[in-house]
Amino acid sequence: MTARKKPKSGVTRAVDTIVIASAIFLVGYVIYKVDTVMIYNWHWGFLWEYILRWDEEQQAYAPNLLLKGLATTFRLVIWSMLLASIIGIVMGIMRTSSRIFFRTVSRLYVEFIRNMPPVVFIFVFFFFLSSQFVPLLGIDELSVNASPKTIALLEILLGPPELFANVISGILCLALFEGAYITEIIRAGIQSIDKGQTEAGQSIGLTRFQTLRWVIFPQAVQKVIPPLTGQFITLIKDSSIVSLISIQELTFLAQEVAYSTQYVFEIWLFVAAVYFCICYSLALLFGKLEKRSQRIYQG
Amino acid sequence: MEQMILLKHVFKYFGEFRALNDVSLEVAAGERVVVCGPSGSGKSTMIRCINRLEEHDDGEIWVNGNQLTEDVKKLTEIRKDVGMVFQQFNLFPHLSVVDNLTLAPMRARGLSKSDATDLAMTYLNRVHIPEQAAKYPGQLSGGQQQRVAIARSLCMQPKIMLFDEPTSALDPEMIKEVLDVMIELAEDGMTMIVVTHEMGFAKKAANKVVFMDQGEVVESAPTEQFFSQPESDRTKLFLSQILTH
Repeated sequence: MTARKKPKSGVTRAVDTIVIASAIFLVGYVIYKVDTVMIYNWHWGFLWEYILRWDEEQQAYAPNLLLKGLATTFRLVIWSMLLASIIGIVMGIMRTSSRIFFRTVSRLYVEFIRNMPPVVFIFVFFFFLSSQFVPLLGIDELSVNASPKTIALLEILLGPPELFANVISGILCLALFEGAYITEIIRAGIQSIDKGQTEAGQSIGLTRFQTLRWVIFPQAVQKVIPPLTGQFITLIKDSSIVSLISIQELTFLAQEVAYSTQYVFEIWLFVAAVYFCICYSLALLFGKLEKRSQRIYQG
Repeated sequence: MEQMILLKHVFKYFGEFRALNDVSLEVAAGERVVVCGPSGSGKSTMIRCINRLEEHDDGEIWVNGNQLTEDVKKLTEIRKDVGMVFQQFNLFPHLSVVDNLTLAPMRARGLSKSDATDLAMTYLNRVHIPEQAAKYPGQLSGGQQQRVAIARSLCMQPKIMLFDEPTSALDPEMIKEVLDVMIELAEDGMTMIVVTHEMGFAKKAANKVVFMDQGEVVESAPTEQFFSQPESDRTKLFLSQILTH
């Protein structure tokens, strides 16, 4: 066994080396070309000032546009992931319901969103819903009337008070949009569980809900981790689209910096690297989670 | 004797196909009934109707004095008294053996975790595999899984046990360990309806054997009489087919 395995991994290693070498060569070549043909003077140093700035009044460093944008992106992503998961779970269960009313509602929701380009959805949402609906939540009054403690807590959760409504629009928008895809993932997960599991649950006297909660759902979740990871990564990437409706997240503020400094290449390469790091870390995290839950399964 | 299960003129259709055709059956407390017949004869459908995994289209089904209707709450209560063992075991693969057993006592009966665990260990002892409690179903052999499934049903302390071809998915060398457990259960006086092709089990443990064909009860007789003097030609043919080899 081991004797057969060794040359095999040796072969993979050789192929890997070739692939990595050619990748490095290609990147090097592009940099060389940019350097000689474009004659572009790279200015990476300025980025720092837009990440952290020196505050004269406070005599301390304070986050500047890019870091603020990143913080908003994190807030957007975390809350909308949570909300989208809740929407997805509720709608996903409704999709598999035996009642036609629930099935119709969730079906309409999914089809409405899935058959619309994200950018169009975001505009529709923003101009027709957000501008009407979010003021109804009374957020502006809340940020005026609330106690300093509440405000401080909300600032941690949502960012600067003057942007509460802005961020909440972004969160709702992303959550509604991604929730539709998560709905379908959850539905597929639930339906992939053998019917015998439901029957076994019911035959030992569990209610429909208990069977779903204790028998079907834990197994479905285990199965949907890989597609869910993909959807969460998509959500992070899609969070850049809400910059179109002036949600002040990373992409939006990067755009401002790019316009005011003219260092377009540096800014966007930097932003791309930041998104890559976030998405890739998430993929690694979920990869670990998936392995762990599989281990549990096999005991 | 106290009546446990009563089927009165039950009909069941799958689309156009008539799966149960005017089936009537009476099972008293403590009685062990074996249901046999060729595949597609409606035997599984019949016992699945008894705990309403299938809904019958016409006729009446009474379980322990309660009629099966669309009342979901009542149905859940009735199911607590009716244990079911499936051909494919249907254990919960994400839960350990002991968690498989404690789930329903805790969630449906509201037992504490320690009480439920005690109960689970009692029944694991009864099916002779207490040492497997911490394992997951995927780590057990088919025979062990089916015994866990039997213990899982027993944990709800049902009044009636239904077995839907409990040994059909097992390797031959594992059939005996499951049948032994079932025979012990029968000796303890459990009311049982068993769909099976194991005529050896029927002879040993059943009071009554029911033969079904094409959705109908063709013959229903005390065990001894069923095997020695079957009345219907279809029964005779069936018996000759499965007993000759």
